[in-house]
Amino acid sequence: MLEMTLNGLEIQVEPGTTLLEAANFYGIEIPTLCYDAGLSPIGACRLCLVEIGSPDRSRLVSACTFPAQKGLEIRTHSKRVINARKLLIEMYLATCPSSKTIQDLASKHHVTRVRFKQKHDDCILCGLCVRICEEQMQAKAIEFIGRGHELRISTFFDKKSEDCRHCGACMYICPVCQARCQGPQEKDAVCNACLNLEPPCLEEFEDAMCYMDPCVACEQGHEPRKGCSQRKEGS
Amino acid sequence: MRQLQEQKASKEQNNNNASNNHSLVTMLHQIQETYNYLPENVLRELAKEKNIPLVDLYRVATFYSLFSLTPKGKHKILTCTGTACHVRGSEKVTEEISRVLGIQPGETTEDGEYSLEAVNCLGACALAPLVVVDEQYHANMTPAQIGALFNGVRKSTCQDKESSHCHCSSVAVGSKEKS
Ligand code: FES
Ligand code: FES
Repeated sequence: MLEMTLNGLEIQVEPGTTLLEAANFYGIEIPTLCYDAGLSPIGACRLCLVEIGSPDRSRLVSACTFPAQKGLEIRTHSKRVINARKLLIEMYLATCPSSKTIQDLASKHHVTRVRFKQKHDDCILCGLCVRICEEQMQAKAIEFIGRGHELRISTFFDKKSEDCRHCGACMYICPVCQARCQGPQEKDAVCNACLNLEPPCLEEFEDAMCYMDPCVACEQGHEPRKGCSQRKEGS
Repeated sequence: MRQLQEQKASKEQNNNNASNNHSLVTMLHQIQETYNYLPENVLRELAKEKNIPLVDLYRVATFYSLFSLTPKGKHKILTCTGTACHVRGSEKVTEEISRVLGIQPGETTEDGEYSLEAVNCLGACALAPLVVVDEQYHANMTPAQIGALFNGVRKSTCQDKESSHCHCSSVAVGSKEKS
């Protein structure tokens, strides 16, 4: 058993577990895009970033690939982590605004604007389809093709693949294929129709407390700011 | 998690055994050397023989820019567009080559004689700007020298100077115009 601290909590995990598995085991939610419990993690989306090490010498690592170590200090909801997470979601929104998964993430993590050039791609290169095809379906019909900004997912010579059995697993697992729900007025890339919660504690504390339920900040009698635990007006 | 790792390890071992200690890149190099590019049917055969998933071959072949999936010309011309060469005017040199051959970087002439490739730094920056023709390095190139360079290449390889296909003279004219 390895002892670690998770958000100040003393925890014990078995050697060989990843930080994500440890956090999930202790009931702390870390958003993920490219992780699936049945597939090998590749750390492609970076959404599961957590902060490790003492606060003055901390660094961000992807929780889904980082193995548990003895004495590790992990913070899953520090200011740095949350800002990095929000930026990532914003960038994903700028790439694939048509994805319901990404729109939901944006609402959940209170990303309300996109400051990047808006694109309308249909792939975030998370590699879930590639892995499910190889690891679960044993077909290996698709792969990452090309390199750098030309990286894409395709079949051998971009032709109909003989290895494909049309099982549809790639579409099932794709976080982008599921189209976003069409709200009454859908004007721009950020939907935010599901937006309701914003942690008010980031202003007062270094860490968000909303992973604890009920929220410590709200419990301690801090005036919840407008927007906390209430549906935002007009949405 | 651990199960998955074990699965992966055993799979990797299988792959290694299957490839007969030849790395995939080496095999692709050999194919490229014989055929001048990577033909689809040869890749298919290789996959069958070595028991490698087809799509893996495609992945590796598209990852390295040295591999080509379309036929290349008999003569390979590389012009360096790296920093040192750029500073010393490689852009003009590339333009001149494009003009003389009538192709852009990445393309092959219709007669299948020349293919032009723009590359990043050939590791000989002191000789900038650099043009490599059939693995011969030509240092300190200027646009004015391009015509003469191709003249030399064509003369040395042209077998049918008398026939109508021969372009030897046309290049010479092009270079004269310029200088
Ligand atoms: S879930 Fe960890 S990097 Fe994507
Ligand atoms: S930049 Fe051309 S050889 Fe280095």
